[in-house]
Amino acid sequence: MLLSRVAEAVYWSGRYLERTEATARLVKVHTELFLDLPRAAGLTWTPLLAVTGSKASFDEHYDEVTEENIIRFLTVDANGQDSILASLTAARNNFRVTRNVLPAAAWEQLNQLYLWMAQSRGQAVDRRTRLAWMDRVIRDCQLMRGLLAGTMSHDAAYSFLEVGSLLERADMTSRVLDVQAGVLTGGHGHVGDSSTSTYGDVTWMAVLRSLSAQQMFRRSVRTGISGPEALRFLLRDAQFPRSVEHCLTGVSRALMELPRYELAMAGCAHVQQLLEDADVSALVAEGLHEYVDALQVGIASLHDALTETYFVPATTSDGAMLASA
Amino acid sequence: METDPKLGYGGSPSRTTGVNLELHEPARNGVGDGSWSWSTYDSPGCWDEMVANGKPRDECAGVSSYLESLTMAELGDRQRAADLAIEAMGITFTVYSDDGGIDRAWPFDVIPRIISTQEWNTISDGLVQRLNALNLFIDDLYGAQKVIKDGLFPAELLANSVNFRSQCMGMKPKFGTWAHICGSDLVRGGDGTMYVLEDNLRVPSGVSYMLQNRQVTKRVFADLFHEIDIHPVDMYPLKLLDLLNSLSPRQGIVPTVAVLTPGVYNSAYFEHAYLAQQMGVQLVEGSDLVVDTDDCVYVHTIGGLERVDVLYRRVDDLFLDPEVFRADSTLGVPGLMRAWRAGNVALANAPGAGVADDKVVYSYVPALIQYYLGEEPKIENVPTFLCLNDTHRQHVLSNLGEFVVKPANESGGTGVFVGNKSTAAEADDLRRQVEADPRNWIAQPIVNLSTAPTLIDGKLAPRHLDLRPFILSGHQSYVTQGGLTRVALREGSLVVNSSQGGGSKDTWIVDASRPHPFDATNSA
Repeated sequence: MLLSRVAEAVYWSGRYLERTEATARLVKVHTELFLDLPRAAGLTWTPLLAVTGSKASFDEHYDEVTEENIIRFLTVDANGQDSILASLTAARNNFRVTRNVLPAAAWEQLNQLYLWMAQSRGQAVDRRTRLAWMDRVIRDCQLMRGLLAGTMSHDAAYSFLEVGSLLERADMTSRVLDVQAGVLTGGHGHVGDSSTSTYGDVTWMAVLRSLSAQQMFRRSVRTGISGPEALRFLLRDAQFPRSVEHCLTGVSRALMELPRYELAMAGCAHVQQLLEDADVSALVAEGLHEYVDALQVGIASLHDALTETYFVPATTSDGAMLASA
Repeated sequence: METDPKLGYGGSPSRTTGVNLELHEPARNGVGDGSWSWSTYDSPGCWDEMVANGKPRDECAGVSSYLESLTMAELGDRQRAADLAIEAMGITFTVYSDDGGIDRAWPFDVIPRIISTQEWNTISDGLVQRLNALNLFIDDLYGAQKVIKDGLFPAELLANSVNFRSQCMGMKPKFGTWAHICGSDLVRGGDGTMYVLEDNLRVPSGVSYMLQNRQVTKRVFADLFHEIDIHPVDMYPLKLLDLLNSLSPRQGIVPTVAVLTPGVYNSAYFEHAYLAQQMGVQLVEGSDLVVDTDDCVYVHTIGGLERVDVLYRRVDDLFLDPEVFRADSTLGVPGLMRAWRAGNVALANAPGAGVADDKVVYSYVPALIQYYLGEEPKIENVPTFLCLNDTHRQHVLSNLGEFVVKPANESGGTGVFVGNKSTAAEADDLRRQVEADPRNWIAQPIVNLSTAPTLIDGKLAPRHLDLRPFILSGHQSYVTQGGLTRVALREGSLVVNSSQGGGSKDTWIVDASRPHPFDATNSA
C-alpha cells in the first residue's frame, strides 16, 4: 500500500535528486568547456541560466552577470530555488516525509551530502575547486541511486522514484538540446553545421558532454560528430540512459507496475510518438526550438496525468473508489 | 519530548558545584598519559548511579573498568564519533522557535547509565502493575464509576478534570485497555529510592531516542558490547506492532496499521517516522484519511481508498476529530470518533485515556493499585500533597520553600514553582493562584535527582538525570529494557528537557551477578 501523499513525495524526491545531479553536470561541463575554448569564441555563462530556465530569478537576486554570480546562484545560493543546494534541500524535505518508505541508508547518504554541501559552499564557486565539488555531488547522487536500486524493494514507491528521476532527466536533456545547441553557436538559428562556427565540433561535443554522452556516442556512432547524429542519439537512442527515448521507455516500464496507469501511459505514448516522428536532419537545420517546446509540453502533461491519477486525493467519500486489493 | 517537557525536582545548586574532576594529573596516576580514576569523582549530597565512595557500584564494575582502560582523550574521541554518527544518521529533535531550521542534532553523552538487572526486574513489575491499575481505573471512570461510588475517588475531581472526555462514556475498548502505551518518568532520590514522578498516558514520546541511542553506542563502543551482556532494547518496535495488530477490529485478515502524525512540523515527527519505519507500517496525516458513510476509516492510496484498522495516533485528543472536539483542527479526521465508537477502528491510546494523566490522579495511584488489584505498590510515588485538601494546602503554603508546586494538568514545565529557587513575589503570586483553584495544584517535597558521570569539556562530571521507560499494555504487557535517560547537561541543573539544555544517555540493564572480562579478580 502506498499513500497518495507519500507517492507524490517519493516522485519529487526522484525529480530533485536528478535535478541536483544534472545541474552539477551542467556546471562542470560548462566550466570545462570554458577552459577548452579560446576567449575569441565568446563563450559566456548565461547559457547556464537559459538551460535551467532561471534567468528571471537570477536577475531578481543579482545585479551583475558575472561568472561568480551565476555559479553561486546555480550551486549554493540558498535563496533561490534553482541552485544545486536548493534542489538537494527540496529532495531532502521530500525524503523526510518518505522515511518510512525509502531505505534508511539512503536517507543517511542524502543527509551526509547535504551536510557536506552546506559547509563547503565556497568550494563550489572557486574555479580551482569547482570541478572537484561537482564531481563529489555527481558521485554522491549516483551512490544514492545505487543504494536505492540495490536495497529498496522495486515496488510501487520505487516506480514513483523512477518515474520522477526519468521525467526530470528527459526534461533536462531536452533543455540542454534546446539551449546549449542554440546558444553555443551564437544564436544563428541553426546548429551543427561546422562551417558556420569554427568550434562547431567542439560545440556538439560539449552538448554531448553536458549529458555525459560523449563516450557512448562515439562507441555507438563510430564516425565524426555531426549535428543530426548527435541529435538522433540524444533524442532517440534506445540504449543510452540519458536519451529522451530511453527515459520514456523507463517511465512506461515503471508505470506498468502501478495501478490505474491508463492516463499516464497515454501521456507517455504521446511523447514517444513525438520522438518517433522527429526528422533529425531537418530539425538540425530549423525548428529545433519549437520541437523541444512540444516535447516539454508533452512531459508536462504526463506530469499532470500522474498528479490527477495518483497524487490528488478524492475530495469526498461519496462513491469512493475502493482499492482492488 | 518537547511535547511534555517538565522541570525536575528543585535542589540546591550549591551542593553540586565544584565537583569537576581534575583528570589530567600525571603526579597522581604516575603515568602522564591521560589515564584517570574515580578516586576524585564526587557528587556530594546526591546518589550517583555509577560511583559510590570513589568506587564503581557492582553493576557498573565491568563498564567502569573498560572506561578506565581508556584515556580521557580516547573518551573524547568516542564522544566525537558519537556526535558524527548522530549527525550522519539525522537523529534530530525539533525546537519550535529555532529559526535556523526545523531540527537540531540530538544531544547525547557517550557514558552509559547503568541499572542492575535485579533492580530493573522489580521496577519493571511495578510499572506493569501501575499501568494495569490505571487502565482498570480509566475503564471504570468511563463505565460504572465504582471507584467513585465506593468513595475512593472524589466525584468533584472527575468533574473538574480537563482530560476527561464525556464522549467516551460507555465505550469498551478491547482488553479493557485505554492506555496502550505509557511513558512513566522515574527519578532516584538521595537515599537511592526510585520513585515514579509521573505517568504519561496521552502521547508519550522519546522511545525512538532510546532506540537510536543504542544504535549510536553500538557504533562507538562496539568492543564493549562484545564483552558485557547488555540487555537489548530493539524488540520494542516489534512488541508495539504486535500490540497494535492485536487491537484490530477485523479478525482473520492482516490488519492495516498506521501511525497518525500531526505532520512534519510536529516536534516528535522524527519519532513518528522512525517508529512507522521500524514497524513497517504507514505514516499518515489527518488529510490522508477519510471516514465514509459506513463509519469505517479509509486512507488515500495510489490505488484508491483502503480501509485502516488500527491507528497509533500521535495527535492529541482535542485535535482528533473536528466533528466532536476542536472544530478548527486540521490535524484530525472528521468522523474518526464515530468510527471508533462504532468499533470499526482501534485507536491507541484510546481517546480519553489522558484522564489518568493528571498529577492529582497520580497521587491516588498507590490507593488505586490496592483497590483494583489488591496488591501493594511495587514502586513508590513521590509523596504528593493535594492543594484541594485544606490541611495539605495549608501545610504546603506555610512551607513553600520545601516544595515543588505544580499545576495538575500542564505540560512543558509550565507554571512549575520550585520553592527554594523562587522570589518572595513569585511565592505570593503562587499563593494567590493556588487559593483561586486548589483542585489544579499539587505539591511535592524537593528531592535532589541522582547523578551520573557525564563527559563535560573533556572531564567526567556528575550531572542530574531521570529515566523514562515505556510500558505496553493490551493482550500482554511489555516494558522496555531500561528506557530513555535524560540528563541535565548544565552543572547543578535539574532540567533534563532537551529543549532546555538537556541531553541523553544510553541506558544499560546489566546483570551485576555475572562476571565480566574486565574484572581484576577474574583475570588474576
